[in-house]
Amino acid sequence: MTAVAGTAPRTPRRDTPPSGRWAELGLLVPALAVGIGGFVLTNLNRTGTLPPRWWLVPALGTLLALAAHLVVRVRARYADPVILPVVVALCGLGLAMLNRLDMAIGGTDVARTQLIWMVVGVAVFAAVIIWLRDYRVLQRYPYILFIAGMVLLLMPLMPIIGTNINGSRIWIRIAGYSFQPAEVAKIVLTLAFASYLADRSDVLASAGKKIGALTLPRLRDVVPVFIMWAAGVVVLVFQNDLGTALLFFGLFIVMMYVATDRISWVVVGGLAFAGAAAVIYRFAGHVQVRVDSWLHPFTDLNQNYQIIEGQFGMAWGGLFGRGWGLGSPSRIPLAGTDFISAAMGEEIGLVGLTGIIVLYALIVARGLKTALLARDSFGKLLTAGFSFVFVLQVTAIIGGVTRLLPLTGLTTPFLSRGGSSLVANWAIAAILIVVSHQARRPVVDFEPFVDLDVEQTTVIDLSSLEDGAVGPRVSADDTTQQRALVREQ
Amino acid sequence: MNRTIRHVGVVAGILVFALLVNVTLSYLLRNNSLDNNPANQRVLQAQFAQPRGAILAGNTPIAQSVPGSGDFPYLRTYANGPMYAPVTGFYSYMYGRNKLEQAYNSALTGSSDPRVIQQLINSLTGQPGAVASLQTTINPAAQQAAWNALQGKQGAVVAIDYTTGAILAYVSTPSYDPAQLSSPDLDATQAAWKALNADPAAPMADRAGREIYPPGSTFKLVTAAAALEAGWTPDTMVDSPARLTLPGTNTQLTNDSNCGGDQISLQQALQVSCNTAFANVGLTIGQDAIAAQAARFGFGKAFGGDVNSAVSAFPTGLDPSQTALSAIGQYNVTASPLQMAVVAAAIANNGIVMQPYLVSQVVGADLNVISTHSPSSSGRAVSATTAAELQQMMQSVVANGTGKRAQVPGLTIGGKTGTAQSDNVRAPYAWFAGYAAEPHVAVCVFVANAGTNEDQTGGATAAPIFRQVVQALNG
Repeated sequence: MTAVAGTAPRTPRRDTPPSGRWAELGLLVPALAVGIGGFVLTNLNRTGTLPPRWWLVPALGTLLALAAHLVVRVRARYADPVILPVVVALCGLGLAMLNRLDMAIGGTDVARTQLIWMVVGVAVFAAVIIWLRDYRVLQRYPYILFIAGMVLLLMPLMPIIGTNINGSRIWIRIAGYSFQPAEVAKIVLTLAFASYLADRSDVLASAGKKIGALTLPRLRDVVPVFIMWAAGVVVLVFQNDLGTALLFFGLFIVMMYVATDRISWVVVGGLAFAGAAAVIYRFAGHVQVRVDSWLHPFTDLNQNYQIIEGQFGMAWGGLFGRGWGLGSPSRIPLAGTDFISAAMGEEIGLVGLTGIIVLYALIVARGLKTALLARDSFGKLLTAGFSFVFVLQVTAIIGGVTRLLPLTGLTTPFLSRGGSSLVANWAIAAILIVVSHQARRPVVDFEPFVDLDVEQTTVIDLSSLEDGAVGPRVSADDTTQQRALVREQ
Repeated sequence: MNRTIRHVGVVAGILVFALLVNVTLSYLLRNNSLDNNPANQRVLQAQFAQPRGAILAGNTPIAQSVPGSGDFPYLRTYANGPMYAPVTGFYSYMYGRNKLEQAYNSALTGSSDPRVIQQLINSLTGQPGAVASLQTTINPAAQQAAWNALQGKQGAVVAIDYTTGAILAYVSTPSYDPAQLSSPDLDATQAAWKALNADPAAPMADRAGREIYPPGSTFKLVTAAAALEAGWTPDTMVDSPARLTLPGTNTQLTNDSNCGGDQISLQQALQVSCNTAFANVGLTIGQDAIAAQAARFGFGKAFGGDVNSAVSAFPTGLDPSQTALSAIGQYNVTASPLQMAVVAAAIANNGIVMQPYLVSQVVGADLNVISTHSPSSSGRAVSATTAAELQQMMQSVVANGTGKRAQVPGLTIGGKTGTAQSDNVRAPYAWFAGYAAEPHVAVCVFVANAGTNEDQTGGATAAPIFRQVVQALNG
């Protein structure tokens, strides 16, 4: 093997792999159809006709999707072709349901507001893809990102801008707009932690004192780890937000595990979270209430009205649902936010809800595949972290609504009402697309000159690469991939 | 790093799998109970927009849907509402439903078509199934006779065809009109609900099957059955002193009348309802024998099926004085009138307990029978010999003893009176549990308050009501 590597000829690959852009465009057709179909059917089922100029909304949605597609086509040609259509499908379903709830309640404009946020979300998506082609610039500033993330997290606790809505202090209000900074903090802290771990995973994994089977890391390596842990505690203790705390702890544990391959991090992190959760359960009344309404909702019809109505709604929906506009999801309090999956279950049934879960699973699968293909540790950690937080969030909120777990007030990504969450999730999708583009693009005109015996010391002149593209950096992990590439030729 | 990323993938897969399994299991296991939950307004709203099957007593609908107006296209009406309320129950937009309206809700709404293909088509097309009607076992004449006899009293009557378990009369007084609660005028419904619940006479209580009371001397049937099963005969002699000091206490148990000697036969003891004799029977055979016998008659668990009764109870862990009191149906023995009717029925049916039931057939819209109840036995309470001996003893109670007022000329009647005085404030409860061989019915009459100041007793107050009900059934 080594002999072949040393003598590999520098010839370009003849066959360019398919970029997947036409597949993406093709997938956008059904993706747009589900949302637009829901919108049209709601109107037909409820009023028998379509409102004047009804085509404006579907046209705007199609334009947004096409714009996103064009940005990807031009700037991230080799990106995963499934992520964008799935996101579009979820957004369409969410908008259709919010519009349907508006029609039932009357006098509200949630769907219109959400559509405006959708424009912002697509703009952010495009901005990330256009200006963040080499995502590894973010790797240079772990400490700044840590500080920014913590500031964002603490913003709701500040006077004047911080506001308390529905008993949780997780909002800030500036110039009449309220925003959940935790959504952005989630991204920033993931970036910070990934960049920190990408450089130091080996140190964390090996250096330190050994006590029995556990290896204790050195103190200076642990400070950022502690910051991540503290982020979870801050959310948990000061903001009474068990769901978001769960996400931070989950992110923390998984990224530590991916980086170090040490199961002890899972044990330690899991114990830390379990301990914190136990203390919270003991001392915070609302957590006990949540657990109680999960296990025995029907013992208190008034207190558990929301979860019971959600259950009734999904049961009423049955296998195929009542049909768009034909159920009564507006009976469920907060049907547009926490309980949008119950509203979906009522109108498009178990089949529809299963479809939505599978769409989420597709995003996660594509994200993790990107993590596997990514050519650098930072990209791997970043995409693995985002994918895991995503699946954790989906499990927590849909599981809470369907009584798999106690309810935690998390947003349902892309579906539920709320601008901060929507924009943040579009940004995450953009980062996944950027990383997957870099991971999947063929290495044209370039074969690294690798001496596999001195793996860690390769220096590549980045300027020799065309158009700022990222060449493979060689680390312990990537060497395997280089070997594979070499063998192919 | 790819190895650990694959591990993350496995965890993510497990989470998604858990979500999918959970929603699927919810659909399979929880949906029925959620749809049938009386608090489920979605289902209720849909059901109020549809016709609902009728409930029939004989050929007469006692509950049916008629076209309404406004928010409720159909209106639930009840013929003779108060008389049949403990059978039909109510059907209310605001307060759910109970009794047969609840137990057979899916049949009445048409959501339980037994034809599987039809059901699948209905669920795919979203069409409601055809509504079904319920044919009850109630005999309108007997129901009316019991209702008339209980007017002005607080009490209950249960009549059972003891060969099948079919309930022929099921009356509780005072009662209420279920139509008050199914009114489309929601304010009126709310006011009626409040008034009914605040009424000290508790008109919505089902005294026939959902309330339990001290059964008094009617429980001596159970004690006598236990003794006979333990090897006694009706002629076995037992001490019957005028006063019995309960073991371990200074309490003196007395008799309401002269038992006819210091030692009398078991048959004589039942005939004159001798307390001290039965206390001695209980002390001799012991609490376990009585408890086991009571359980075979149905004490300790609810009658299932569409009856959904309260659980009658024989206490456990008794000391001797409590055993003596329990043997005569005092202390903490409790029974529903339905339970005591089942005791009489089992004895009359040669020892076999038939499961009581209220609905004989579920009939589809095109008059095809969707399901028929076939009588089922829940086991043998006593041997045929014991049953025959008990029948003889019960007949002598009516012929010569405390139950003379239950006699119907030309019919073979057996029974047992009961007068349960559990405190000094209220009037004693008057009971009569008996059977008539010819129309093969067992009847239990319970009167809590006859509304008069006279002393009420099983023989004077309850036995005549028994007679009227039997006459109606024989007519």
